[in-house]
Amino acid sequence: MTSFTVNGRDVDLDLDPDTPLLWALRDELRLTGTKFGCGVAQCGACTVMVDGMPRRSCVTPISMVEGGEVTTIEGMEGPEVKAVQAAWEAIDVPQCGWCQSGQVMSATALLQMVPNPTDEDINNAMAGNVCRCATYVRIRQAIHDAAKTLEG
Amino acid sequence: MTAMHTTRRGFLAGSAGLMLALTLPLPKARAQQAAAEPFAPNAFIRIGTDDTVTVMIKHLEMGQGPYTGLSTLVAEELDADWSQMRAEGAPANAELYNNLAFGPMQGTGGSTAIANSYIQMRKAGAAARAMLVAAAAQEWGVPAEEITVKAGVISHEGSGNSSGFGALSQLAASQTVPEDPPLKEAKDFVLIGTDLPKLDTAAKTTGKAEFTMDIFRDGMLTVVVAHPPKFGATVASFDDSAALQVSGVEMVRQIPSGVAVYATNTYAAMKGRDALSVEWDDSAAETRSSAEMFEEYAQALAEGGQTVEEHEDIAVLDDAAQVLEAEYRFPYLAHAPLEPLDAVIEVKEGKAEMWYGCQFPTLDHMTVAQVLEMPQEDVRINVLMAGGSFGRRAQGTSHLAAEAAAIAKAAGRDGAFKLVWTREDDVKGGYYRPMTIHKLRAGLDADGNIIGWENIVANQSILMGSAMEGMLQGGPDTTSYEGSSGLPYNLGAKRIGWARMQSPVSVLWWRSVGHTHTGYAVEAFLDEVLEAAGKDPVQGRLDLLPESETRVRGVIEKVAEISGWNGTTRDGKGYGVAYVKSFGTHVAQVVELEDRGGVPHLTKVWCAVDCGVAVNPNVIRAQMEGGIGFALGTALHDRITFAPGGEVQQSNYHNYPMLRIGEMPEVEVAIIQSDADPTGVGEPGVPPLAPAMANAWRALTGNKQYELPFSGVTS
Repeated sequence: MTSFTVNGRDVDLDLDPDTPLLWALRDELRLTGTKFGCGVAQCGACTVMVDGMPRRSCVTPISMVEGGEVTTIEGMEGPEVKAVQAAWEAIDVPQCGWCQSGQVMSATALLQMVPNPTDEDINNAMAGNVCRCATYVRIRQAIHDAAKTLEG
Repeated sequence: MTAMHTTRRGFLAGSAGLMLALTLPLPKARAQQAAAEPFAPNAFIRIGTDDTVTVMIKHLEMGQGPYTGLSTLVAEELDADWSQMRAEGAPANAELYNNLAFGPMQGTGGSTAIANSYIQMRKAGAAARAMLVAAAAQEWGVPAEEITVKAGVISHEGSGNSSGFGALSQLAASQTVPEDPPLKEAKDFVLIGTDLPKLDTAAKTTGKAEFTMDIFRDGMLTVVVAHPPKFGATVASFDDSAALQVSGVEMVRQIPSGVAVYATNTYAAMKGRDALSVEWDDSAAETRSSAEMFEEYAQALAEGGQTVEEHEDIAVLDDAAQVLEAEYRFPYLAHAPLEPLDAVIEVKEGKAEMWYGCQFPTLDHMTVAQVLEMPQEDVRINVLMAGGSFGRRAQGTSHLAAEAAAIAKAAGRDGAFKLVWTREDDVKGGYYRPMTIHKLRAGLDADGNIIGWENIVANQSILMGSAMEGMLQGGPDTTSYEGSSGLPYNLGAKRIGWARMQSPVSVLWWRSVGHTHTGYAVEAFLDEVLEAAGKDPVQGRLDLLPESETRVRGVIEKVAEISGWNGTTRDGKGYGVAYVKSFGTHVAQVVELEDRGGVPHLTKVWCAVDCGVAVNPNVIRAQMEGGIGFALGTALHDRITFAPGGEVQQSNYHNYPMLRIGEMPEVEVAIIQSDADPTGVGEPGVPPLAPAMANAWRALTGNKQYELPFSGVTS
């Protein structure tokens, strides 16, 4: 049995300890906002927060989050994620949408650490998140817009 | 998908299709519905008592925007408020939801969604409006002509009455459906031409959007399939004893496409497949390496191919003052949409239901019914949004639907099954953009005028041998060389040739199809020829255009204007231009780039697009931005190659890399104002990027890029 919290709720999972967190979230807990894109930490579609830091859930076995706090797109709260999602909606960032939960997670983590990121900061923080539709122009713009909103 | 021009005849056929849809009796169940059911004036519109207007979208939403675009067309003629609009995927139904550009077939491709829906969806909206107005006239006892509708409010000034759509929807349902409701003139458009926010953005920003992989049915098993590592190979034998030991694996079955592992969750299915031992029969398999294939392609080119376009006598090249030659090589490419292929199928008491991002519903519908040996009316396909496609889900072979059906059949019992392809299945799984070689020759006279142009193309056919071969009417596969033929430029004598190559490697249309390689070969070579003639790339192109090509001239002049084109390399930056028309849409781009350690780094791209009436400029700009990034990532990084023996050498995003945010240039898009019938934007942003980049790179460094990608990764 592996125990941790997801979006503030205690969960006990009777799964192989090597089960990737991604599949535990999706198949067992039905938290489907977290997406499968590559399975090898190359695309970032599966990004979740583990103890407040962005992690690729597809290569994170549930044994590694024992006792930890996991937050998915469904459970994100706070001014940064609100600003990010509002900026995303204001300029219609998503196209197909498959990567966008992961993009929002990484962008939120960036703004939590760097309130006013430069283009270089954005390039570094978002380098692990692939958008096959190449919505990058708008992702960059939306992060800058969200940073401005948070500045007040 | 090949360009299928929207002709006047096509539009008339479209109108007929609409009338058919409008006059079809509603299913009995719906006609006898209780009062709270939505008002459904036709197959495309549902108006709820809560004022919401839901548009049934006959095209797959895969990021290119039909949920928003088609809803805009309805809302315009309905005079709805944008905030009351909703969109939903229409199920497979060949009578109601055909693509009018494809003939009798429901499907998405060839950037046709707006083009074939432009009149049809507006008529649907206009019909609903007329019925709401008739209902209001009846309810208020006033003449219908005195009633106005604006932003979702129906009003009668004289009596002071006004109402939303919902309150009148039940009465509207009892009105006569108008056969040919009048449409607005373009000058009266309120919504068309404005930057409306997309209807699916909020759900896609919060993780709530529902895709295929998010569907769970009671007792559902997840299935992954071991496919042969070589194209054309089949299962010789397999040992499933270790796979069945994996906790969660329920069964293993051989199906036509491989060996299927069924498990209670995705991870168990993947582990079960890893534990499987399969012997493959390679006797009919492709065993050549990419190098060996290119050698055979080059030989075929030397023989000239079959002539597919000819103008005057190309022998004129023998008398040219100067002859230039070049050969361009293009690899196989995977589409690699971020959502891998997947489908959910449930079989219960002799009926089947499916949920997935289905791009060719009519073909899939027939295929599934055939595999399951059921009448087609007992198979329902619910079309969900797809996490990208770029052509990958538009399958002439219906191979994914067939595999899902085979899984359900092989299970030997009722139940629900979710078929999931991993990224490795996707990258190694074929249906690639065809590997291609172009051989070009051009001749100049002593004054630098182009007097002859020859372009021979060698690649596999996408359409021949597929269920859609009939589209070719016995002729050569135009999708193999489209864009090499039909050029707008005056090039003197001309010969376009095509050599059809054969292989068990499966090929498919990849975002912009033939134009992915023809655009590059033609526009990169033309740039070299213009340089040899001492001409500027922009002015040189304009000088080659006949007077009648005003739209071509328009985008080239526009992109030169917004980019401040002056034909020089400056501040360490090179500039290049390219123009490609695809799927009826004209696009010209200018690339600005730097040399970063021998690799081009793009800093800015300017793009001018003429797609006729710009239904939603916001979506058009997004598709140009995305098309540019999609093309750039591919030109920089991507190729599918075969090792000696015939195995694919790439497997996932580490060796088939996607463009990352730090590589994305700034993009500035100018949309040409036009009253022409709208054409598509999903694909046309792609083709000009790579040649404009090659031309800028040559201007900056002198290096000519005759093979893509620029910085390919080999494993």
